[in-house]
Amino acid sequence: MAIDKKEQYTDFEKPIIDLYNKIEELKRVSAETGVDMTGEIESLQKRVESLYKVTMKDLTPYQRLQIARHPKRPTTLDLISGVFDDWFEMKGDRLYRDDPSIIGGIAKFSGISVVFIGHQKGNDTKSNVYRNFGMPHPEGYRKAMRLMRHAQKFNLPLITFIDTPGAYPGIEAEERGQSNAIAESICLMSLLSVPSLAIVIGEGGSGGALAISVADRIVMFENSVYSVISPEGCASILFKDAKFADKAASALKMTSYDLLSLGIIDEIIEEPLGGAHRNKDLTIEKTKECIKRNISNLLSLSDEERRRAKWNKYANMGRYISPSTE
Amino acid sequence: MLEKFFNVKKKEIPGGLWTKCPNCNNAIYTRELNDNLKVCHHCNFHFRLTVQERIDITFDSFEEMFSEILPVDSLNFVDTMPYSERLKEAQYKTKREEAIVVGVGIINGKSIAAGILDFDFIGGSMGSVVGEKIFRITNYAKENRLPLILFSSSGGARMQEGMFSLMQMAKTAMVIGKFKDDGGLYISVLLHPTTGGVSASFATLGDIIIAEPGALIGFAGPRVIEQTIRQKLPQGFQRSEYLLEHGMIDAVIERKALKETLEKLVSWHGY
Repeated sequence: MAIDKKEQYTDFEKPIIDLYNKIEELKRVSAETGVDMTGEIESLQKRVESLYKVTMKDLTPYQRLQIARHPKRPTTLDLISGVFDDWFEMKGDRLYRDDPSIIGGIAKFSGISVVFIGHQKGNDTKSNVYRNFGMPHPEGYRKAMRLMRHAQKFNLPLITFIDTPGAYPGIEAEERGQSNAIAESICLMSLLSVPSLAIVIGEGGSGGALAISVADRIVMFENSVYSVISPEGCASILFKDAKFADKAASALKMTSYDLLSLGIIDEIIEEPLGGAHRNKDLTIEKTKECIKRNISNLLSLSDEERRRAKWNKYANMGRYISPSTE
Repeated sequence: MLEKFFNVKKKEIPGGLWTKCPNCNNAIYTRELNDNLKVCHHCNFHFRLTVQERIDITFDSFEEMFSEILPVDSLNFVDTMPYSERLKEAQYKTKREEAIVVGVGIINGKSIAAGILDFDFIGGSMGSVVGEKIFRITNYAKENRLPLILFSSSGGARMQEGMFSLMQMAKTAMVIGKFKDDGGLYISVLLHPTTGGVSASFATLGDIIIAEPGALIGFAGPRVIEQTIRQKLPQGFQRSEYLLEHGMIDAVIERKALKETLEKLVSWHGY
């Protein structure tokens, strides 16, 4: 396990960092004094590793959300530059402007051409302002729709990367039809017949995430979240105070494990110990494997088979009591 | 028709003989208000109608369908009260099982598949039942070659059903999309208020979109927007007339002209 002290750590990682510092201290003392402490160091290292594993396994949903929102978490651009052999970004919605909080284009992946779309967050203040913190305006979704039509026209698989706190709530977004842009995008994507795969890589924030996630298969990074509303928003509306966000995060069932067991998503992509940002190369490898397997499975079906399976998938979403279906 | 409307709802008017208009503060003789389809004759403020009132002023007759589909608290969701309790409370208050009524209504002998959201039932929010009923009535309209009219008034997705409710946006948008692709006419009528997951799915997908005057329609609620941008919102922001001006809806139609307009549009499309 490699720990870089310059990185940002979450609260629940503090005890692990303390232990790690102790190991460093022992190593230094051992080197200075010439006393052999290999045994102590090794046993401590084992302890750190197992503590880290247990900590990560037992994270509360709200703690997991902190990993999903980690400033160093790989973004769509980080992933596609590793996952794709080559790619060409296509910008603009041809109606108003280019929205930098959604990117997309055409790419080469394992010898085939694919279309990709993804929310794009920044990794520092300046780039986050440019990317609007990954919160798209209507033109972002209209660009996404242009790319979906492109995929359908040229019969190319579509891969989307989901990472947004939500669609932007602002005056201009409303004026230009945020609701309509999201609704049209959901509708269009739900009826595509080309193979499609949605990967939730960080935050799956409500309708703004759903707009580009109505795919044949939905997979989630282990520590990502996908929710109908942010836990903060839910807490302030339902619990009457935003400070209950941790409670809301648990109640909403927004983690990858919860959503897999509820049948909302199809698969979880395991993350390196500590989260995707701790080992980007490994994250990229796992993502690549997942895309390859899913796209090749989907390509083995006919258009009609995929269309029917997708229809059934979304038609069956929901839990209710009905005498006729019992 | 007005007589029937008045008789049905007389007991539900608060304040007895007189009703105060929340918009212009004028006192209105309640009977006059009812005769005017619950529209203030001083300032044209459109009071909210119950689902039954909406059915009564729109259709000559109406037969509800799929009422056997009932909600369930599948996540054991608890906020300030358990969701199962909240459902019971809403059911007791509205005398309905869920936030939507779907069925087939008749206007001038023409059959129309329709759905009316009930804002009084947990803010007209869309959970699994609302999604399933819209799914079924839309398919019913497709199979029977009927036009589809959905009347929306909703705060959005039902948070207490978590991701199941978000997925109803996909389910309803998909079925409506297919219905439209197959040549069906879908008219969306936006009532006060229509926001969030409902406005961002089936409600803004109409071949024709009509709103009642003064309805609040938007993706995000005004409070959320104010908190985000930290400035006051312009006058009339997110109201029907504002959306009309910005090209987001086809028309703002007064309540008294709505039935006639719907009938005309349906018949002009060959139904």
